[in-house]
Amino acid sequence: MRERVLIGTGLALFLALFTYPVWWAAASGTRAAAPQLQLPQHASACVAPASFMRASHMQLLSSWRNDAVRRGVHKFRSPDGRVYDVSLSGTCLGQCHSKAEFCDRCHAYSGVSTPSCWQCHNDPQLAARSIQ
Amino acid sequence: MKLTRKEFLLTAAATLAGIAGTKTLSTVKAAADDSTGASTPRWAMAIDFQKCRWDQGCNQCVQSCNEAHNIPDVPQKSHEVKWIWKEQYKSVFPQQSQWIDPALTSHPLMLLCNHCGTPPCTRVCPTGATWKRDDGIVMMDWHRCIGCRYCMAACPYDSRSFDFADPRPDIVNINPAFPTRTKGVVEKCNFCEERLGKGQRPACVEGCREHALIFGDLNDPASQIRSVLRSRYAMQRNQELGTGPAVFYLL
Repeated sequence: MRERVLIGTGLALFLALFTYPVWWAAASGTRAAAPQLQLPQHASACVAPASFMRASHMQLLSSWRNDAVRRGVHKFRSPDGRVYDVSLSGTCLGQCHSKAEFCDRCHAYSGVSTPSCWQCHNDPQLAARSIQ
Repeated sequence: MKLTRKEFLLTAAATLAGIAGTKTLSTVKAAADDSTGASTPRWAMAIDFQKCRWDQGCNQCVQSCNEAHNIPDVPQKSHEVKWIWKEQYKSVFPQQSQWIDPALTSHPLMLLCNHCGTPPCTRVCPTGATWKRDDGIVMMDWHRCIGCRYCMAACPYDSRSFDFADPRPDIVNINPAFPTRTKGVVEKCNFCEERLGKGQRPACVEGCREHALIFGDLNDPASQIRSVLRSRYAMQRNQELGTGPAVFYLL
């Protein structure tokens, strides 16, 4: 029973050190730097609300893929009623986003490997550079 | 309210008869719509090889297609990727080459996917990566293709090519509007379904300066292709196989 104090102190010290990154960050108010994404300048809204896109853009792109390839549907009506061409290279990259400064940066930041989309779908910026 | 046994049975019978009646009516109506074929087109192409100037070095249809669809120019012949290509008359119509005007038989012919009525390639695909659409186009879904090449073995027309390597380094100018393919998938002519969806004609048809390619809807009796098939003798490749090609060669 005499070791109780020793063990208790040791455990408390261990927990304090182990959780140091969490409580230190909480106490000092510092946060990890967010990814520096380049947002489109002339477009104010995405094809769906940003929160939905952040969490579920892969499901949306997958349903676009099935629409365009398997059902022959080439138009998408957004929840607020605007109509877009179903096209990753044409609409997402062609009109708003830069692959390198939007898609890739966030994927690198969150440690998500580059999806195989780009093995076939073109980055219009790269294509334009290769023609010049 | 209280139902007697008799009333219950009568109500149930009447309801079932009603449901069966509506179902039958809708099926009959759908069948009637199908027989007119007014809603879905059946895309087809006729190649007028009296107008085709391939013998004089014109290659415009192939070039238009290659540029529109990012077809790689693979140096190795055995790894060639082709959507449109040419061959001599004798190898295209081996059974119909006797007693024919030598001016015709020495003429190279344009070949492309026949978009068959009963395509053998789609039957063997284990993943559903290739299938026949309602409008007759035999489509490829490169997302699903696993590169097993059963379809290539099944196609009697050699219309399918395999990407043995990443095609991108061999594409001269990448058209960003159309995806390239990746290593390990099978590709072929898609009858320009991406252009048809926008109301445009196929790239090869637009590219042909001699207007030797006639594209249209076989289900529309007033279409140009129907009128040309009515008035001219047309051949289909390997008709005896029963694949029902949608590409016609006008003598």
